[in-house]
Amino acid sequence: MEILVCVKRVPTVGGAITLTADRRAIDTKASGFTISPHEECAVEEAVRLVERFGGSVTVVSLGPVEAEEQLRSCLALGASAAVLVETAPGAETGPIATAAALHSVAVTGAYDLVLLGNEASDTGDYQVGIRLAHLLGRPVATGIKAISVSGDGSSLSASRTYRGVVETFTLPLPCVVTVKEGINLPRYPSLPGRLRAKRATITRVPVETAAPTAVSDVRMLRLRVPDAPKKQATVLGRGAGAVPALVEVLAEIGVIS
Amino acid sequence: MTVFCLVELDGDAVADASLRALTFARGLAVAPGELAAVVFAAAPAADLGAYGVTDVYLVTGIDGYAPRAWARALEDLVSSAPRPGACAHAVVAAGTEHGNEVLAHLAAISGLPMAANCVAASHPDADTLDIVRQRWAGLLLEEAAVDAPAALLTVATEAVSADPAALPGNAEVHEVSGQVSDADLVVCAVETPAGPRGASLATARVVVGGGRGVGSADGFAPLEEVATLLGGVVGVSRVVTSEGWRPHSMQVGQTGTKITPDLYLACGISGAIQHFAGCSGAKHIIAINTDPSAPMMTRADYAVVGDLHEVLPALVKALRDRVLGR
Repeated sequence: MEILVCVKRVPTVGGAITLTADRRAIDTKASGFTISPHEECAVEEAVRLVERFGGSVTVVSLGPVEAEEQLRSCLALGASAAVLVETAPGAETGPIATAAALHSVAVTGAYDLVLLGNEASDTGDYQVGIRLAHLLGRPVATGIKAISVSGDGSSLSASRTYRGVVETFTLPLPCVVTVKEGINLPRYPSLPGRLRAKRATITRVPVETAAPTAVSDVRMLRLRVPDAPKKQATVLGRGAGAVPALVEVLAEIGVIS
Repeated sequence: MTVFCLVELDGDAVADASLRALTFARGLAVAPGELAAVVFAAAPAADLGAYGVTDVYLVTGIDGYAPRAWARALEDLVSSAPRPGACAHAVVAAGTEHGNEVLAHLAAISGLPMAANCVAASHPDADTLDIVRQRWAGLLLEEAAVDAPAALLTVATEAVSADPAALPGNAEVHEVSGQVSDADLVVCAVETPAGPRGASLATARVVVGGGRGVGSADGFAPLEEVATLLGGVVGVSRVVTSEGWRPHSMQVGQTGTKITPDLYLACGISGAIQHFAGCSGAKHIIAINTDPSAPMMTRADYAVVGDLHEVLPALVKALRDRVLGR
């Protein structure tokens, strides 16, 4: 099984988001970078499928040259090839252009399955996987929490839970699937894996040749951190001594009578 | 212009998320009589009318949930709607898995941009639509402009309310048969009932949250007991699912479930901002933590400084005594 996994370099956001002076990007001077949790699971799922059915995993990322760091982490987890579609520093690529760039890489190999995270944790556009599937002319399922490939390798079934109902989709291969965290518990990279990843060659493709698009994306004007409710927590007390006050609050809120 | 709103059903009723999407969509309609609902199964027309819907397009001929086929039917409706002048149409859906998925298919089919999880939209002039949409699951907002012959928007439903219209619409039902190809129907959902867990976390009145402070997979007994006594369920932070202490279906946060309970009792959770993306819809938050400076403690309404393994057993006893004392 040949699998392509699409990942995106995003800042590691912990305490609070701060913006650059022009309010067009997150200030990342002090932050680390990672890929979205959904994408970590996409890589893990691909590696597991290849361990079971044979084949290989290729990872692709659209991003700045620094995204090689994220591609190497994926190689350490068991991917065997990596492609970087290189964007200009600081450039933000919208979902239409992203799908076009990923498409230019996806058509260069005979991939049975293209996996993505359901949405990137930063921009949350909820559409790149579907746009890519349309460009490839392949069926797609999104938000998937379980994948099982048929015995003869001709199709897979993909399922998720929605409004208390399990929805199962059967897709003929080749196809595109976007997954969500919870589909698996990603492994930690092994030492040999990390060494292999360090030495691996990453194929670089410039984005200009990769993605000419006619339609333009939604035009971002500026970013804004929503006002956090400025409230001061009322401290009810310390340890078990706080319990009577806690019970009073529960009654006040109306969760006990 | 016409504002088309994809309406989802929850059983036989209009889904709450779609009522919120309808409220948002109504705000986009420039003149009365421009709000149309699109449904794929018979919906209670009176409820749609109460939200200002003048026309209901009931698409027939598509069996069950087939996202690409739904999108194809929407695209037929939008492209055949009269377009007076340069006025653009809009298609709105709730920012649910179905809403985002169908609109992304519609965007790909029609070659249009799509904005997911909008919280506001306005027309500064006839040709432009300004929107505000969520990034980082609502931790960041993006102000953006949509320049397209039709605006495709999904709505961050927890950020907008569901308000009936001052002027109800007729909600006249028009049956239209969906013209779809076999390829549009390849991906079609087969539905089976799920266990109660995921659904009840999203809709529970009380959620007792557990984080790293719980300490191990075996440490959840007091949380479960408190949840039972308060008629609620247990939810967990990402650390707990990453450690494998509890399944991912119990996770509250950006990549888990967004909850909207009356009370969120967060125990031993420090409060990464990805966690707030999942729990900020709670009406009241009480935090229990040994560290009084943890973000969860400072952003909660009430805080108890202490070890959850000491506080919760005492709370269990107090709640039991209270019941017995009656």
